[in-house]
Amino acid sequence: MTGFNTLLYKELLRFWKVAFQTVGGPVLSALLYLIIFAQALGAHVRVFEGVPYSAFLVPGLVMMSMLQNAFANSASSLIQSKITGNLVFVLVTPISYVEFFGAYVLASVARGLVVGAGVLAVTAWFVELRFAAPLWALAFALLGSALLAVLGLLAGIWAEKFEQIAAFQNFVVLPLTMLSGVFYSIHSLTPRWQQISHLNPFFYMIDGFRYGFFGASDVAPAASFAVVAVSLALLSVLTLRLLKAGYKIRT
Amino acid sequence: MRGVEKRYGALQALAGVSLEVRQGEFFGLLGPNGAGKTTLISIIAGLGRASAGSVSVMGADVVADYRRARRLLGVVPQELVFDPFFTVRETLRIQSGYFGLRGNDVWIDEVMHHLDLTAKADANMRSLSGGMKRRVLVAQALVHKPPVIVLDEPTAGVDVELRQGLWQFVRRLNRDGHTVVLTTHYLEEAEEHCERIAMLKAGRIVALDSTKNLLANFAGPHPADLEDVFLHIMQRH
Repeated sequence: MTGFNTLLYKELLRFWKVAFQTVGGPVLSALLYLIIFAQALGAHVRVFEGVPYSAFLVPGLVMMSMLQNAFANSASSLIQSKITGNLVFVLVTPISYVEFFGAYVLASVARGLVVGAGVLAVTAWFVELRFAAPLWALAFALLGSALLAVLGLLAGIWAEKFEQIAAFQNFVVLPLTMLSGVFYSIHSLTPRWQQISHLNPFFYMIDGFRYGFFGASDVAPAASFAVVAVSLALLSVLTLRLLKAGYKIRT
Repeated sequence: MRGVEKRYGALQALAGVSLEVRQGEFFGLLGPNGAGKTTLISIIAGLGRASAGSVSVMGADVVADYRRARRLLGVVPQELVFDPFFTVRETLRIQSGYFGLRGNDVWIDEVMHHLDLTAKADANMRSLSGGMKRRVLVAQALVHKPPVIVLDEPTAGVDVELRQGLWQFVRRLNRDGHTVVLTTHYLEEAEEHCERIAMLKAGRIVALDSTKNLLANFAGPHPADLEDVFLHIMQRH
């Protein structure tokens, strides 16, 4: 287990040493979103009954930040190690592919949670929040971060260049998070767009997480939980199989 | 190694290499660029997988029993790679931890001392010169006191002082019982340090003998050095 612990520690240290960029930056971005969107749209957008728009916005921003940072952590760490070649230091050790997977995913979940906590702490100054079902919020925070951490690992395994990670981030992760209901309730959409939103797995993570705050959501939290859990399981199986085969990692 | 083959699509990088390095030996693996030396080392270290054949380190198969095989092996890679996030000491502590070792500072300090790294212990890896980074690579390969040490061109681009210090340290490790496998393009280094030598060309072993025999059997007009022998063998195959 010590090998696993060390890899986890190394991965945690990696983002913590540059926390200004890996934690501070995303927290500031989320705060800017809150200020701008709440100011500009607060009076015009109607969401859940009795929930002001700015309060509605906060859980979405927290979750969005967690998801994006969990992805960025595993993806950038792995691609950097692959490109600079220092992945060899891990590959020549007795660490198994399951331990490798576990350490990268857990460290990325940790970064997601630290960023999420940071966004929550900062935005709480501006908005009064309640926690109707905190365990649901925690469950979605953990599972959502884990899902994106695994996706980041998968992207890191597949990519051979930094640009490919950036493309994955800009053309997959960003649109899926932005169109998942961070800034709106999907009930405000036309039926057709509501249907399309249901195909987006990110929607269930944000919606379920929001349930933890307001006790209200577009979809029942158990159903969202099932979608996220199954997605996580499928992606994990795929990623573990690639790691076991050494795909694009061992020649 | 038994019948080790490696194919990359149509390219046959290794075409059936069989070889036994004896325990405690200082062994040289020589060959021109593209002969398959680094591919072979990658397979021994588990960085690559053989298309056919098998490799074991002191009885541990590098695939089936990879955990034991990797504990027995310390590899100094050819590329000058490093992790820019950490200091020298952090790098060595982390590498120890990967092998399941905690509280390894006494040995880490000793390795740093022998490689003249002590003054740089708390310097970030990014700030080190190429030669210093190479020393850290050697130190990383030794943190878990592996009985078998593989050095893939350890002196490429390294100044004379470090080269001498490095060889002194490696020879001491060899005297203490560590098996050393070396690849190098500096044939005088191989001649000086290696007891036995295998020469590789186009993925095949074309010569395998003690350094003494290789030199003695060379029928040339003047007393041979290893470079003469090497060139002669490479031209013949």
